Amino acid sequence: MALILDLAAQGAQMLLVLALAPLLLGFTRKVKARLLMRQGPPLLQPYRDLLRLTRKEVVLADNASWLFRAAPYMIFAATWVAAALVPSFAAGLTFSWAADVIAIIALLGSARMFLALVGMDVGTSFGGLGASREMMFASLAEPAMMMIVFTVALVAGSTQLSTIAEFMLTHGSLRVSLGLALAGLIIVTLAENSRIPVDNPATHLELTMVHEAMVLEYSGRHLAVIEMAAALKLLLYLSLIACIFLPWGIAAPGASPAAYAAGLVAYLAKLTAGAFLMVLFETSIAKMRIFRVPEFLGAALMLGLLGTLLLFVSRSF
Amino acid sequence: MAIAAVLWGVAAYFALAVLAVATSRAPGASRLIYAGCIAVSLGILGVAAGELLGGPAVPSAITLPVGLPWIGAHFRLDALAAYFLIVVNLGAAGASLYALGYGQHETAPERVLPFYPAFLAGMNLVLVAADAFSFLVAWEFMSLSSWALVVSHHREPENTRAGTIYILMAMFGTLALLLAFGLLSGPTGAYAFDEIRGARHADWLPGLVLMLMLIGAGSKAGLAPLHVWLPLAHPAAPSHVSALMSGVMTKVAIYGFIRIVFDLLGPPAWWWSIPVIGLGAATAVLGVLYATVERDLKRLLAYSTVENVGIIFVGLGLALAFKANGMAGAAALALTAALLHVLNHSFFKSLLFFGSGAVLTATGERDIERLGGLIHPMPQTAFLVLGGCLAISALPPLNGFVSEWLLFQAVLLSPNLPQWGLKLIVPAAGAMLALGAALSAACFVRAFGIAFLGRPRSPQAAAARETDPVSRAAMGLLLAACLAAGILPGFIIDAMAPVVQAQIGAHMPEQSTNAWLSIVPIAESRSSYNGLLVFLFIALSALVAAEAIHRLASRALRRAPAWDCGYPEPSPAAQYTADSFSQPIRRVFGEFAFLAREKVDMPPPGDARPARLHVSTHDLIWDGLYAPLAGAIQFAANRLNVLQFMTIRQYLSLVFVALVALLFIIAIWP
Repeated sequence: MALILDLAAQGAQMLLVLALAPLLLGFTRKVKARLLMRQGPPLLQPYRDLLRLTRKEVVLADNASWLFRAAPYMIFAATWVAAALVPSFAAGLTFSWAADVIAIIALLGSARMFLALVGMDVGTSFGGLGASREMMFASLAEPAMMMIVFTVALVAGSTQLSTIAEFMLTHGSLRVSLGLALAGLIIVTLAENSRIPVDNPATHLELTMVHEAMVLEYSGRHLAVIEMAAALKLLLYLSLIACIFLPWGIAAPGASPAAYAAGLVAYLAKLTAGAFLMVLFETSIAKMRIFRVPEFLGAALMLGLLGTLLLFVSRSF
Repeated sequence: MAIAAVLWGVAAYFALAVLAVATSRAPGASRLIYAGCIAVSLGILGVAAGELLGGPAVPSAITLPVGLPWIGAHFRLDALAAYFLIVVNLGAAGASLYALGYGQHETAPERVLPFYPAFLAGMNLVLVAADAFSFLVAWEFMSLSSWALVVSHHREPENTRAGTIYILMAMFGTLALLLAFGLLSGPTGAYAFDEIRGARHADWLPGLVLMLMLIGAGSKAGLAPLHVWLPLAHPAAPSHVSALMSGVMTKVAIYGFIRIVFDLLGPPAWWWSIPVIGLGAATAVLGVLYATVERDLKRLLAYSTVENVGIIFVGLGLALAFKANGMAGAAALALTAALLHVLNHSFFKSLLFFGSGAVLTATGERDIERLGGLIHPMPQTAFLVLGGCLAISALPPLNGFVSEWLLFQAVLLSPNLPQWGLKLIVPAAGAMLALGAALSAACFVRAFGIAFLGRPRSPQAAAARETDPVSRAAMGLLLAACLAAGILPGFIIDAMAPVVQAQIGAHMPEQSTNAWLSIVPIAESRSSYNGLLVFLFIALSALVAAEAIHRLASRALRRAPAWDCGYPEPSPAAQYTADSFSQPIRRVFGEFAFLAREKVDMPPPGDARPARLHVSTHDLIWDGLYAPLAGAIQFAANRLNVLQFMTIRQYLSLVFVALVALLFIIAIWP
């Protein structure tokens, strides 16, 4: 019985992230529009967009290969698995030990590799441009993320997100190193999700686009799957920040259904707050020139490294 | 007796080499020789695996009455040697299988066939040698036979240059090894490893031997700044030999380092780990940066080998640091990570070199700027190479990720090290490893994307054909090995427990009994990774997503010209090139790594002259270290050249003066 309940909680988590991801996207768009004094699309617009895309026919470029048709599912699967492994409403779910936070980052790396490859598949200049810039960003964002993980792992004594959340709940205190890690993680979140100031999620036909340039040749159901993966990735990063730095309300392993419900409410509140703050930051800053981005991400890498170094010097920082 | 069986295998390799000399021009000779090599390598593999998995606690040893007359040749098969024998002979079996197909395209088989089995024999012999003399002879034999394979296509001037630099560096490395063994054996000439192990050394001696080993084994493995020969020599050989040199021979050098530094030198001092970790981390980042801007496909792979050797040395350095501080569990973790990476790298690097050989056969091109779109004529090769690219970029659920993950776990244990030097260098090395992993993904997106995706950039690429089924089978087996090692690493970690136990005095907790076959380095609440579940989850999610989409969504599909924002350009030259792909990375990292400078020459409006972009890069290690050294040698040689053109009288007086001087020195020697 307990096993079935655990499996149900795990399954609920997988479906929850899937259901919430477009809503989160719709919420950010709505808030952004309101901050810019526009009416904005309805909250449920991303669901409608995805549904419409799946009903449309796929227009495939003449020389697109088998990789082009298979990759969307790989990108989606890797991102979905990664998103499902980040504790959202409850920690210590049945399969949470299958991958620690290093593996979650690497899973996102797998998705990114496929995305960059399909950008180059059709052989257009935009696709290559997007892939090249994406990999340049990743070459700094990934080590930055790893150093942030090191900082957190050294504080909590674990790279398992469930253990980290539990540690932060019971022994959490204000620390210099965690502050550095949080600042770095916010920078990485903005860069990894193609948000302003690194990339503009609303742009098209611009030489500055990165994510959109890679998926330019996609249409129909393939585009729907890729857009879904992008939405899941945003949800994943916000959940990650919530789970590490704001673990309050998260249900303990094997908790009662009431605790799960409380965890769910807390999780939704955290996502709302996180998305609101992100959009507030986005609207108050201009997009950067492409070669300013490495400096921005380099700052995240330095923050992470500084946090790790402080903890190597003394565990009390 | 196991050791005798291995030596018989080596003798069989030699017999194949002799047979190849006699028959190499005959039709079907290459099939015969390569099939023989497969049989012998599988035989040795079986013996070594039996020894490692179920062998007796006492290593089997033998002394043959050859070699130095008063010592004889000692051979010994312990767990460490057995593990590396498995790595070498797995690689050899794969390369020989691939060569059954690839070797048919060889234009000069008589220059390859005799040296190929000899090279395999040399590598096997290094691993079982148990005295300094046999070790050095086998080491030199391995160097010379691989040199012969490097210059097998000697009419291309590049290859001759590569051969010259390789043999010079190999000689230099062996010289360092010779001095190291000389110091270890002492004035009594105790050359057998057993005697060296039992000897008591002076305090200063082990540190000096470590430095000499970093030069001797490091130059063979490709440790910066001694790596310069590797990207020249490895690509010059035929592709299956490149795979062996990159995937396997560098590992023999790592074996030499472990054998002497961990096994023979006795308990380490903490500061030994600093040069090992520092050089390893620098090598990892430097190697992958070079690979990211390289255009020659095989040279790119060779630079990536340099990176992976750096990663392995970081693991070895961490193991030394932990061992010196008595943290046996952490040392076992770091050494296991390094040894696992040795095996993993031999799998995916061989696979990728085979893929580059298939591309070379299909198109005659190694420059990725002249490739493109190969996924259409070669879909199966493209799939296999893509798998290799994912594995080498350390992405789950493949094997490269497992060893890097273990290494990161070892780095996370290092704040407990007491020394300040280590507290500062280890996190920096961790950051370098993370940077290397991310850059390696960029490097292989570029290599695969430019060579296999897009549209053909040359007529040769457009006319490519799928490679032969035997070559594909060899690549398929290696990809299967990459996947198996990625999802079931626990069994491999358990199998190498005796190796780690012998070097460290501890080993990682048993993994194959964990629930769901997870790997748990220390405790589950601390960290765990389950490649099998991650693989199953990804496969299931992808299948569910694909099934749902195909059931619920529209299945309509139409082929049309590419969209490209409405301005598609029909010329393949409009695609992104390899150089334009790496331009952002070159601009971010290259400014200090290669002193890369870009100059845009933009004509003013009205001027019909084309605009130009000039990029200048420098190889700082070559310019700063090797060029001055070569210049100094040239200068000295020119000066000493007068000695060659003297009269008999002058020579006689020179001899007389030298004799008197020597006698004088002996007379006043205290």
